[in-house]
Amino acid sequence: MTSLPIEGVPAGRSSIESRWQSLLGTDRSDRVYRRVLTGFALALPSLILVILGVLFVSSLPALHRFGPSFLWTSTWDPVAEVYGAAPMVFGTLASSLLALLIAVPLALGVAIFLTEFSPRWLRQPVAFLVELLAAIPSVVYGLWGIFILIPFLRSYVVPPLKAVLGWTPFLQGVFYGNSLLAGGIILAIMIVPYIAAVSREVLLAVPTSQREAALAMGATRWEAVRSAVLPYGRAGLIGAIILGLGRALGETMAVTMVIGNRHDIGVSVLQPAYTMAAAIANEFNEATTTMYRSALFEVGLVLFVLTVVVNAIARILIWRVARGTAVGSRAL
Amino acid sequence: MNGRASRRHLVSRAMTALIVALAFIAVLALVVILGDLVWKGASSIDWAFFTRNPVPAGQAGGGVANAIVGTVILVGLAALIGVPIGVGAGMYLAEYGGGRLGFVVRFIADVLNGTPSIVVGVVAWMFIVRPTHGFSAVAGSVALAILMIPMLARTTEEMVRLVPHSLREAALALGYPRWRTSLKIVARTALGGIVTGCLVGIARVAGETAPLLFTALGNLNFTLSVSQPMQTLSLQIYVYGTGPFEEWHRLAFASALVLMGLVLIISLTARWVTRQRYGSVR
Repeated sequence: MTSLPIEGVPAGRSSIESRWQSLLGTDRSDRVYRRVLTGFALALPSLILVILGVLFVSSLPALHRFGPSFLWTSTWDPVAEVYGAAPMVFGTLASSLLALLIAVPLALGVAIFLTEFSPRWLRQPVAFLVELLAAIPSVVYGLWGIFILIPFLRSYVVPPLKAVLGWTPFLQGVFYGNSLLAGGIILAIMIVPYIAAVSREVLLAVPTSQREAALAMGATRWEAVRSAVLPYGRAGLIGAIILGLGRALGETMAVTMVIGNRHDIGVSVLQPAYTMAAAIANEFNEATTTMYRSALFEVGLVLFVLTVVVNAIARILIWRVARGTAVGSRAL
Repeated sequence: MNGRASRRHLVSRAMTALIVALAFIAVLALVVILGDLVWKGASSIDWAFFTRNPVPAGQAGGGVANAIVGTVILVGLAALIGVPIGVGAGMYLAEYGGGRLGFVVRFIADVLNGTPSIVVGVVAWMFIVRPTHGFSAVAGSVALAILMIPMLARTTEEMVRLVPHSLREAALALGYPRWRTSLKIVARTALGGIVTGCLVGIARVAGETAPLLFTALGNLNFTLSVSQPMQTLSLQIYVYGTGPFEEWHRLAFASALVLMGLVLIISLTARWVTRQRYGSVR
């Protein structure tokens, strides 16, 4: 619900606020109140430590057995107890990058349209519709992907695509439906609202004086956007895109349902692939041996660390533009 | 000079058209998806769908009463666990969050907001399912609560920060202790926003599937016991959607429509609550 007002937290504390803060903690009941709230707040750091700890300890057997080569070997054999996660790591990165390729222009288009070009009466409805996209559960996207997107791709998209670009290595092989392409498109539709919502907040944080100055110099509307608005919000927009990447990397259900779940590395987007999240979703309940389970925990650890790093980078970039605010947090 | 100016305007026009087109495609995607769900799901929704439990695989008929009740119980329990912690952490950030701990907590909340939900699922499995030797609704609720907490912390903080300082000062000037000022004046004033944040958080986890795969697991029978595996609409959609039977696919689309309806109703209620409090904004 990004239509709510989000005020920037002032960089320096106002005198009123500092007076208010200095009044705190003088009374016993106040100290108790503060301690209780601090306890709640400490839940968050402990949560991240617990998640990291559990994943690390549980993946110790696999870490010991396979070492770092876990990440770049491709054998995944539960019978022989040999595990290498390269196909999943590859599939995760490939599907996410494909998704970004499709989603970024659309999302930036929505954000720029809403902040710069849209007539005032259209802003709320469009913003609301895009927010609705974010509210659709992942598993519903997956269902839509299986029964509507894949048949559509098979009949109307892949044949002409192959006719024109069939000679490239990216479009080799027979298209059966479940594929990297289907996974990438589903992911793209899913991350458009996130990137759009955050980008919109970033663009709204660009001072109006920037646009007015450019227009006053004789710039056309597009030139004002390109030369004044976009450069001002650049860090935040990149942050928004990286945030979308973080979402795509960890997305599970929709991808599991359409990507084909095959342990293979190939550059053709028409072939099935696998992702780290999909592997956990598919195999965790079947993993009966300690080593199998441990290997899946290690996949989870890699995924978690990857998304934490990606999200942290995104947040730092966004905070540079819109300092300290939970930009887009309502949409996420 | 004239030619150059007109070319610049042409570029401006073209780019505007491009951006409008991109925005249009994005909105169109939503309309298509919603339309497909209604088109494919609506015909299967009848009284039996809501009141009956699933029938054995391959047979026609049956409903998802167990999944609807399961979703409500699981999400309700998750809210019971997650809302106090999330809102409490948000109050901390708004009231005392100026220092270093506030910065760290805020940053971690933002980072956790992007954590893959499947990872939370395996952690909940390790903590609850393994020690208790059984899948259970409680384990699922804990996983959902973990997903809710960082989101609620940030939205609560934003809402509480909107409360004008003059209100606190007035309360303090009247001799109210700070904790009562914080609870009775500040939190009370921001209540509409806090409730909105909670509803949006609940709507988001109501559709989660991945963290439930190894915790609530799913259950074909009707159960009210939270120590048993429990079915939810999201799990039902996954199992039925990926299953081999026509009948299942039909039920999956109907379940998807009901789940979407549930999520939309909660989201729209959230919007309405905000409107009541703050009027139409931005």
